[in-house]
This record gives sequence, structure tokens and C-alpha cells, in this order.
Amino acid sequence: MKRVALTGNEAVSLAMKQINPDVVAAYPITPQTEIVQMFSQYVADGQVDTEFITVESEHSAMSASIGASASGARAMTATSANGLALMWEVMYIAASSRLPIIMPVVNRALSAPINIHCDHSDAMGARDSGWIQLFSENSQEAYDNVIQAIRIAESANVLLPVMVNLDGFIISHAVENIDVLDDEKVQDFIGSYTADYSLLDKDNPITFGPLALQDYYFEAKRQQVEAMKYAHKAIPEVAREYEKLTGRGYGYFTPYRMEDAEVVIIGLGSTMGTAQVAVDELRKEGNKVGLLKLRVFRPFPKEELARMLAGIPVVGVMDRADTFSGNGGPLFADLNTVLYGGEERPELYNFIYGLGGRDINVSNLMEIYRYLLNARDGQTLNRVNYFGVRE
Amino acid sequence: MTKEEKPGWKSIPRGGLILDAGNATQYRTGGWRVKRPVWNEDNCIHCLFCWVYCPDISITVEDGKMTGIDYDYCKGCGICAEVCPSKKKAIVMESEGQEER
Repeated sequence: MKRVALTGNEAVSLAMKQINPDVVAAYPITPQTEIVQMFSQYVADGQVDTEFITVESEHSAMSASIGASASGARAMTATSANGLALMWEVMYIAASSRLPIIMPVVNRALSAPINIHCDHSDAMGARDSGWIQLFSENSQEAYDNVIQAIRIAESANVLLPVMVNLDGFIISHAVENIDVLDDEKVQDFIGSYTADYSLLDKDNPITFGPLALQDYYFEAKRQQVEAMKYAHKAIPEVAREYEKLTGRGYGYFTPYRMEDAEVVIIGLGSTMGTAQVAVDELRKEGNKVGLLKLRVFRPFPKEELARMLAGIPVVGVMDRADTFSGNGGPLFADLNTVLYGGEERPELYNFIYGLGGRDINVSNLMEIYRYLLNARDGQTLNRVNYFGVRE
Repeated sequence: MTKEEKPGWKSIPRGGLILDAGNATQYRTGGWRVKRPVWNEDNCIHCLFCWVYCPDISITVEDGKMTGIDYDYCKGCGICAEVCPSKKKAIVMESEGQEER
């Protein structure tokens, strides 16, 4: 283990180098990320054994990853924003065909207007594709999540693709000191991958992606739900092993100063790091505030969240994407569903923030906590709030 | 949907995979048929044009002579009737279920 200063992109490409996947397929259009650019340098320098496939679009990058994975290879790619949106159709095929592909996604806004900065609308567009979705607060978590993702995806009974999300620019381009493992430690942790079925196994010919109409399609989808339940079990098991190796523990979410908290903010990604400082400041003034940083968005840890949030009077839900349902963001919708009908149900308020990279800082988060504290004290607050937008 | 008992999600292969090769024979595509070719042996000159053109290998032949039509797999496309060169057609298309009426 050594401590090095890396950007999020560098940390993720280093993790990919240490994983040494069999195949990486990528397309270098804007908005691609430096992740695959740096990785292609590792390939050119002979530091990995990876077959690097340069394709003609993100749609093809995912398609090539699917072909590689169906052939029994450990396949990875990386993308961002509109590139992810172009993969959308094929991402469903990766998940439905139960192929453990790993894809870091640098979260950025979707056009229009054209914008390259951080928000979560890209990842949220793919939230129902059947991929496991992990979110990272910083480069360290992005690095750790990518390595754990291999084990989660390849777990028996799971065999689903995993998307590791990291915030565009805020994580991807910012330099942080992180602890990285030795290459051999990563190899020991991920182990080797032997696929149960391979298109290249000529002695056992099989068909991937056949036609299944009214008679079998529904059953295949039902299996996917079950695989997600197994993913829910596998994620903490892999995290426990990873903690033994690194000392860094990971759960479905990370509670911060939740003891006796009456107002809690929950959200995804780098903003949760900023919010920790806001919590510290407000706690100094005697406010009973806490924070819940959600790491696992798919599968949604419904029972754990319901238990964690039961009895807390007011919860602010931070969404860096909108659903345009008119009823708030995706995390808000999921949390409402989870808590509906539960006992000691908190009052939920949604804050849509930071779209297109609109900055959010400590004082902004303190302001949001104060709105929520006032709501706890009986003041009226809209259910869905657009924070930081000009009227 | 047929009433035939099909395996549930717990027992089908993962991810819609088909694990056996050469399974096309298990899929009896004759159920797709709207019109059926009917063979009249008396008019047949055994030229085997139908056998050559049939896209579903549904013309049965023994010792170089046509013996009939395999309705398990014939989709009723009508190509056999179309290519039949005999002056009095040896294959004509009839609507499915006509004989029961």
C-alpha cells in the first residue's frame, strides 16, 4: 500500500491497470474521459495484457464489451454523459444477458443545452437498465469501488454489470492523496475469472441473446430481479473482505453523526463530503443534524434505509438530476416508496441541486439544513425545491 | 399462449441462454401457418422443385420421390405451390382448418 496524489481519472485508470482486464473497448469522443486515454497508454507501454478495442461509438463500445464478456473475458469500458446515453440500448442487453462488465462513469450533465459539467442525469437515465450502480464521494472511493465491483459483478448468482459513478470534474479532475494497493494485492483480491459459459467453447455450443417472446421473456426478467437480490447480499460481503485488506470499510451507505439527529440529509457523490463539513459546523451550534451518504443506488437498500431513517423527524433528499415527473428527483421518489407505510416515517423534502455543474458549497448546504431545521420546527417548506437556481 | 406446462424462472437457464445446440427441431413452427399446402400425388411429376425451394426443409422425399409435406415445420409460405411446374398443380394452398368446416 502506498499513498499517491492522483486525479479521480488517474485513480480509476490505475485500478483498471491493476485489474488487468482481458478486454477494454472504448471510443474517444467528447465527452469521453481521460480514464480510457490513460488506460490506452498502459496498453501501449505493455503494462497490461489487455486487448484494447477502438470502436466507432459508445454504442459499439458496450456492444464489444458484451461480445467479449459473452466469450468469457473480463471486460471493462468507461464513459460519461451523452456517451452513456448512446449506450443505453445495449446496457439493457449486458444486464439481461447477465454479463459482469465493469464500467466507471464520470457523471456529467446530458445535453441540451450543451454542458460537460457534473450532474447525475447520465447515471439516472440508466438506472432501470438492470446495472448495479455504486456512487463514490472522492477518488479513494472511486478507486476502491472499481476494484470491489469486479468481485460483486462476478459473484455466483449475481453476474450483473456494475457501473461505478464518480462526479465529473469534482472527482475526475481534482487531485487527491489516496491509498493504492500493490498490483499483486489487487490481483489476489479479484482472483481469476472463469465464465460458466463462453461463446468460444466449441465443445459446448450455446446461444446468447436468443428470441424470447410472450412465453419466456418475463421469466428472464424475473431472474434479473433475483440476481439483484443476490447483489444486495454480495455487496457487503465483498466490502468486508476489502476492509480486511485495506482497513477501509464500505456499506450500502455511510452514516455521519446520525446519533440523536433530528434533521438528516441523504444524497450521492461528492456533495456528501461537502455536507460533512456543514454538519460539523451546525453541530458546533448545537443543531441535531446528520448525514447519510448513499453508496449503493441499485440495488436500492430499501430495508436498511427504512430502518436507518425511521424516527428521524425531517429528511432532506439531495438529487443532482430531475425526473421531470413534477414530483422531484429519482432518489426522492425511491425514498418515498421505501418509507411509505413504514412506522415513524420522516417528513421528506427534496432538493434538486447542482445541475450542469452549478457549484454547491458548505454554506449552501448549511442553508439547506437550516430550511430543514425550520421545517422540523413547523415552518412550511415545499416538498420539492430547486436549490441554487435563479428565479 | 398454449396450455403446455413450461419451466418457470427458477429452472430456465440464466440470462435467456440456450444451452443445447441443434434445438431448432424442438420449435414446431407449423403453428405459424395460415394457409397449408395440400399435395395431390396424382398430379405430381416428382421434379422436386418444391423440395429445392422449400425454406423449411418441409418437403419429405424418399428414393428421389416426393412423399408428402411435414406440417410440423411448414410455415405455409406457399413457395412450393408457386414453383410447382405441373400443368395441373400438384400442390395447392388451402386455408388452415378449411376441411373441418
